[in-house]
Amino acid sequence: MMEIIKVGMADLNVTSYPNALTTLGLGSCVGVCIYDTKTKIIGMIHIMLPYSWGVKNNTNPAKFADTGIPLLIEKMEELGAAKKNMVAKLAGGAQMFEVTRSEFMNIGKRNVEAAKKVLQEQNISIVAEDTGGNYGRTIIFYSEDGRLEIKTIGKGTKTI
Amino acid sequence: MNLSNSEINEMYLDVLKELGNIGTGNAVSALAMMIGRKINMKVPVVKMVKLQEVPEILGGAEIPVVGILLNVEGDIEGFIMFVMSQASAHLLVNMLMGTALNGYSEFTEIEKSALMEIGNILAGAYLTALSTLTGFKMIQSVPQLAEDMAGAILSFPAIQFGETGDTALYIETEIFEESSRIVADFFLIPTIESYQKMLKALGVA
Repeated sequence: MMEIIKVGMADLNVTSYPNALTTLGLGSCVGVCIYDTKTKIIGMIHIMLPYSWGVKNNTNPAKFADTGIPLLIEKMEELGAAKKNMVAKLAGGAQMFEVTRSEFMNIGKRNVEAAKKVLQEQNISIVAEDTGGNYGRTIIFYSEDGRLEIKTIGKGTKTI
Repeated sequence: MNLSNSEINEMYLDVLKELGNIGTGNAVSALAMMIGRKINMKVPVVKMVKLQEVPEILGGAEIPVVGILLNVEGDIEGFIMFVMSQASAHLLVNMLMGTALNGYSEFTEIEKSALMEIGNILAGAYLTALSTLTGFKMIQSVPQLAEDMAGAILSFPAIQFGETGDTALYIETEIFEESSRIVADFFLIPTIESYQKMLKALGVA
């Protein structure tokens, strides 16, 4: 029986075939999904912020791209995945409100950039992404084939 | 005077309830004037919540909602956010514009402006109440509107304060007019510094 396991905001989870991982209502946050093509072990993290340094309230590593992504990889390795077989998909990073006061406010974009940088440092290639825009996304990541289903309100569903 | 945490929380909640009541009183007068008819409002719930719990309060992260966001600056800094179901937002617009329910089609630009104006008025009402209770000066920005999943809309203030605090003052407001019942959730999301300042000014920290 396939189980769909939820990943909350600023949280991460890993699982193996035949299960799937999901996170609901991603806005400016980014869902980083990693798939081991050999073992079908998958991992998902729902990051809120790019970097943990300079942030007072940084006790939860899953909140940040820089501390969360390496932790996610570690958890996948504990389950038997190998880094050399890992590929990544990204979704989210929207700008929900048109706050133009400063570039800093476009946290969605900064989250995507940080996630890409950390994945590059980890030598994991990004094979697909659906990021940006001004709308929310619910994502479901299947261990079966590493497909990522993205649902939106009014913009339909797609798979990357 | 030494008070236990629970006593402080109790006191604080009383002050917050008072804030909710005064704010709602202000809001009723402002809205009734705008609509030109008598309306009734009540505050069923006032509490402090963790931002991460908010999507659950709204019925789940995927529930489609209308969110109106305002920035607050001055002695207290943070955000104000109103969240309504699409049904409530449509009822509110119809009430305001005197139009009939046209189903839940997309909002027109005029309807969006009307909703943002309501956001403005309600935010003003609550900030005036808070200002009366604390003596703080606060300025609200122009409101912005988004229609999307509750989780996505809430991610904006949640992230802004993911860096500092993560607590919001939550006031559920019900507006009645004849047979219409509108539920609007009001969130005041102060920065952690402003939160402590507010507690102090309210005499509970």
